[in-house]
Amino acid sequence: MNQPLRRLATVVIAMFIALMGAATWVQFVQAKDLNADPRNARTLYREFGNARGPIVVDGKAVAESVKVDDPFNYQRTYTDGDLYSALTGFYSIVNGSTELEYAENDQLTGKSDQLFFSRVRDLLTGRQPEGAAVETSINPAAQKAAFKALGDQAGAVVAIEPSTGRILALVSTPGYDPNDLAVHSSKKASAAYAKLVDADGNPLRSNATRETYPPGSTFKLVTAAAALESGDYDESTELPAPVRLDLPQTTATIGNFGGGGCGSDPITLADALRVSCNTAFAQLGMDLGDDALREQADRFGFDDPDLTIPMGTATSRFPADANPPQTAQAAIGQFDVQATPLQMAMVSAAIANDGRLMTPYVVDRVRAADLSVVSETKPTLKSTAVSPGTAAALTDMMIGVVESGSGTAARISGVQVAGKTGTAQTAEGQAPHAWFTGFAPADKPQVAVAVIVEHGGNAGSEATGGRVAAPIARAVIEAVLNS
Amino acid sequence: MTTIEPHRVRAGRGTELGLLLIALIIGIGAYALVGLGVEGEVPPDVVGYSAGLAGLALLMHVVLRWRAPYADPVILPLTVALNGVGLAMIYRLDLAYAAKANHDHGFAARQLAWTAISVGLAALVLVLLRDHRTLRRYTYTAMVVGLGLVALPLVPGIGQQINGARIWAHIGPIGMQPAEFAKIALAIFFAGYLVTHRDTLALAGSKVLGLQLPRARDLGPIIIVWAASLAVLVFERDLGTSLLLFGMFVAMLYLATERLSWVVIGLLLFVGGAMLAATAFSHVGARFEAWLHALDPAVYQRTPGGSGQLVQGLFGMAGGGLFGTGLGQGRPDIVPYAESDFIVASLGEELGLTGLMALLMISLVLAERGLRTAIGVRDGFGKLLAGGLAFVVAFQTFVVVGGVTRLIPLTGLTTPFLAYGGSSLLANWVIVALLLRISNDARRPAPDVPALTPAGGIPALEPDDDPTERIGTVR
Repeated sequence: MNQPLRRLATVVIAMFIALMGAATWVQFVQAKDLNADPRNARTLYREFGNARGPIVVDGKAVAESVKVDDPFNYQRTYTDGDLYSALTGFYSIVNGSTELEYAENDQLTGKSDQLFFSRVRDLLTGRQPEGAAVETSINPAAQKAAFKALGDQAGAVVAIEPSTGRILALVSTPGYDPNDLAVHSSKKASAAYAKLVDADGNPLRSNATRETYPPGSTFKLVTAAAALESGDYDESTELPAPVRLDLPQTTATIGNFGGGGCGSDPITLADALRVSCNTAFAQLGMDLGDDALREQADRFGFDDPDLTIPMGTATSRFPADANPPQTAQAAIGQFDVQATPLQMAMVSAAIANDGRLMTPYVVDRVRAADLSVVSETKPTLKSTAVSPGTAAALTDMMIGVVESGSGTAARISGVQVAGKTGTAQTAEGQAPHAWFTGFAPADKPQVAVAVIVEHGGNAGSEATGGRVAAPIARAVIEAVLNS
Repeated sequence: MTTIEPHRVRAGRGTELGLLLIALIIGIGAYALVGLGVEGEVPPDVVGYSAGLAGLALLMHVVLRWRAPYADPVILPLTVALNGVGLAMIYRLDLAYAAKANHDHGFAARQLAWTAISVGLAALVLVLLRDHRTLRRYTYTAMVVGLGLVALPLVPGIGQQINGARIWAHIGPIGMQPAEFAKIALAIFFAGYLVTHRDTLALAGSKVLGLQLPRARDLGPIIIVWAASLAVLVFERDLGTSLLLFGMFVAMLYLATERLSWVVIGLLLFVGGAMLAATAFSHVGARFEAWLHALDPAVYQRTPGGSGQLVQGLFGMAGGGLFGTGLGQGRPDIVPYAESDFIVASLGEELGLTGLMALLMISLVLAERGLRTAIGVRDGFGKLLAGGLAFVVAFQTFVVVGGVTRLIPLTGLTTPFLAYGGSSLLANWVIVALLLRISNDARRPAPDVPALTPAGGIPALEPDDDPTERIGTVR
């Protein structure tokens, strides 16, 4: 019986070699794929189990990881979640992450290459790794003023420091409370997510950066800039301003707001901007041509799909290949012109900064857990939008808008405000979007702002940019200047 | 004329003590590391725990010195090492469950109690069973007991269905998995039956495709055992036990008859039966599908009968990688039944491929020492019994670890000595006691056997030959 026993011993060895092979297959060969499998909760636990760095506004954490007694060890907690939801986004086990939580994930988790030495130190000392803190450029007073002024109206506010591109306010309404999505109960988190997806106004999408709107008359700043840059026009150049402008190649016409004239015909470029004369600007756009308008728009930041702040943004567009009637529409911010509120704030910021458009950003610096600065954002020039002379002329014209034009609601006593209103037609039968973009103080700008109130907000079809959006801009400008 | 020099055999008890020390260091070290990994400090009861574990190991050692001084010196340390590592892992999972649900299951404390009872029972077996050949007298009693135990979960009022499988029996307050004990009883029965009938079974019938088939009339026993295994599969829904008992029978049949045809017939019968069952019974079919398409989202999410648990186990092992997360540093508690059916995945996660390989090596050496015992022992019954028991331990490890690593379909067996479960621990310690008992016989220097003289046409002994048979003819 010894021969079969020896054979059986060989069989047993073969069985164990097969087991070791299978274990090697799982733990070594396939390990990478298995670890990357989205169903593998361990990867999540590893990430969620570490202290994620906070997102900081003016020295206070608006998103931080709080130690809790559950398997994940840390609960992501948001202070004033609604107020900052467009900035922080959310960080959720079941729903993923968005906005800064997504864009700065490597820093917040401590995985970034820049944090390599911190990690090595944690490994050697056996300390629990901690993520880095992301310090934002947001001015809490401006953020709160914008949020409060928007109230229950759907819309967005973006405020930028013109000389640097630092974003001072980034508000989208309706907001949402990221705490609801960050809960560890996947049932509750999924339910909260489903509710927000179905909610009116798409709260999960930031209106400030990820939604584009027809900019309406605020786009006349771009058209005026193109005219001034062409060298053929100045502030006092007279433009034809009929009650109705017949468009070539079609039977369509363009009229003015309210259906009347623009006060005089012809009208100076400055007055045309001040009263927001559609027919004058439509004709001006056709005279300049769509290529000149597109080139000017692009220098203000349109048609740039790679703009990140560091969150991704929707691309603002000036239509390619517009024929003359379309160009006429586009020159007054209609037809297929689309802009994010961020984009329109960039237009004002460039004008405010002598024509130099600074790259907008929300992250001032990243600080490791030991408070050492890991990285600091240096302001960079994105493009030269217009010459300083053109910028000065545009500023003068925009002061006129606020002093005695369509934007008087943005006036602040003791401070010269420059701005432009917009009332953008949307679909038939729907109230127009109310826009305002501008900056202050006009002589030494500290803040550029863009405001949109979707479909006129509470004013409905009675809404104009001057009536609905300009007071919100004023509140934000006051908040920045007073802080 | 040849004379056999009675060479001195080293009993090996000193070696055993040294190896036991290493095994205890592994087990107690793992226990202390669990505390350090989870709580940041050595468990407060580490001294008492160490004393308890060492006391149990020493008890067995002393009993061996007293009752089986020539027993194999490697088997006990290997068992203690596996049992110790298993205990540490179960304790680790206790801590994880307590942290998660604020409820201390106390698995580790119970497993430790079961270890004590098991060691006590093993010692009792060594003390009471002076000669393993005594067991041959109980061949048919063992059959009745074995089949009775297998059928016990089917008895209304006693049997209990848990997670689809009917493998538990409750008598009063005590619950057990009778199949674990049935494998011992059936091993005794198979050994006793086969040693008597081996000649008949080995008789060759017709030859088909180069394979000597047994005579049709001798197929009876294998058909009966096959039917019993299928009954287990069908009525108790227990693929693991079914496979285990049938595998043990085929292996022992091969040992007894030396005929490969029995193995082929056995395998064909089992595969055929299992495939039939897979098509006829959804729960068996689901097991196969969960094995073949484990990562398929639809199969993964299906409950019950999906591959969720299996895949979670794979995730855990993959997370451990080559060197593991370290004891107390992983998340083995995510896998359902991490302390019993999936203890191997838990160990793979926290000890890594390296640790798992080491544990598999220990199990392999344990089985090989058992088979070595079978080769060394002189009587046919002892050879069959030791061979069968050693194989069943190895085969059970293969079926479980193979299931968890997706080598074969997953079954509901426990990993010998590592997994949580009193029945399994008791039964496997008794197997170890029997192997130790038989190995004592195998390694004991032969008493003064009259020198064999090759005369009268009796061929000389070949070293590989089975002496019992030859001596029998001489006498």
